[in-house]
Amino acid sequence: MDLQTLWLTLRLAASTTLVLLAMGVPLAFWIVSTRSPLRPFVEAMSTLPILLPPTVLGFYLLILLGPRTGFGRLASHLLGHPLAFSFDGLVVGSVLYSLPFAVQPLTAGFHAVDAALIEQARLLGAGRWRILRDILLPLSVRSVVAAAALCFTHTVGEFGVVLMIGGDIPGATRTLSIAIYDQVQDFSYAQANRTSLLLLGISLAALVLLYARRSGGGARHA
Amino acid sequence: MPDVNIRHRQGQFTLHAEFSLASRWTAIFGPSGAGKSTILRVLAGLIAPDAGRIDLAGRTLLDTARGVALPPGRRSIGFVTQQAALFPHRTAAQNVAFGIRHLSRDARSQRVSEMLRLFGAESLAERRPAQLSGGERQRVALARALAPNPTLLLLDEPLAALDVASSQDILSRLLALDVRVVYVSHDLAEIWRLPAHVIVLEAGRVTAAGPLQQVLAPQRDRLLQQLSS
Repeated sequence: MDLQTLWLTLRLAASTTLVLLAMGVPLAFWIVSTRSPLRPFVEAMSTLPILLPPTVLGFYLLILLGPRTGFGRLASHLLGHPLAFSFDGLVVGSVLYSLPFAVQPLTAGFHAVDAALIEQARLLGAGRWRILRDILLPLSVRSVVAAAALCFTHTVGEFGVVLMIGGDIPGATRTLSIAIYDQVQDFSYAQANRTSLLLLGISLAALVLLYARRSGGGARHA
Repeated sequence: MPDVNIRHRQGQFTLHAEFSLASRWTAIFGPSGAGKSTILRVLAGLIAPDAGRIDLAGRTLLDTARGVALPPGRRSIGFVTQQAALFPHRTAAQNVAFGIRHLSRDARSQRVSEMLRLFGAESLAERRPAQLSGGERQRVALARALAPNPTLLLLDEPLAALDVASSQDILSRLLALDVRVVYVSHDLAEIWRLPAHVIVLEAGRVTAAGPLQQVLAPQRDRLLQQLSS
């Protein structure tokens, strides 16, 4: 087992999950509370990565992060290295690719909170920030956990975007899913099997934890 | 000039209500669908009407002609409906304290105890809403609504789902308070118990307004029938 690749994959998944929660919570709150005509567009944009082929997203990201765009040059200037083919670039790509897996459960969780509670909070003088912090988030803990678990496992298993914008640089951008591809190319099926089982285990464990938590306080229908 | 003059259209339904809050208690009476709850939601600032003006205790809460519309939290209005809408993750005391965060810790704690005591709910302070009965939840909801010392308390059939004993006890505690109240009900017998100025609302229009005896006397026979059944 290549521990360096495992460590890089886990680091990428954890960083992506943290960034996605920090971005997803305010974005989902905006989606459930705004009356802006831009809402359908923003929701569509945040859901698009589910339908988009990863290579398409990866291709446009590669262009965006490269030296031909202002964003790419600015990022390169600020970080001291180009975003493309770097770990930071992988985080940017993973965040965009897994965005729906953060925003969808969070939006569903916030929508499920009784509107009468939000109205009472407003009547009692709470502003938007306090409603989010004191009402919506505590009542949507399961959705936050679901979002975190889905973002983490989705990032652990991603392949197309990572390959497009990160290449296959050992220790810098090679993740477990790319390692499996390399091992198969080398006909190292036993090694590929071990790495695949590890990915399978991580995903399954995350989902079991998620479902165990979800059914903990719920009603039984039989 | 009336205190409240609002016009609002919701689908096929049009509300056009003009009335004054002429006494400490104002009861809005009318059949289901007459627009009673809509009036309360407009007063509270939870619905923005198409046009209108609301003045309360010398303050203009809404004046669409001048583009004035205070948000709910700045209207000094408490609102309790049939659904207590207590925050389920907070204890009764924490619910009551929600709207008085600006007070010091000691003052807040004192106010919470005072409010819970007012509704006979001091022993419920550490319980969560799921551990309370319907009547207990309404007591806590009323304590929470009154904790910030609002200028006006809006009550939308708050006792409708309670047993007679709880309902009478809570109503007598409310009547003892020095706060202006707008009370909505479609239950004539319930309205009859109130020392209120009555507004009769039908199909979105005020059809009668005045002292309880004067306004509801023509309906006395129907009331007696309702009471005896």
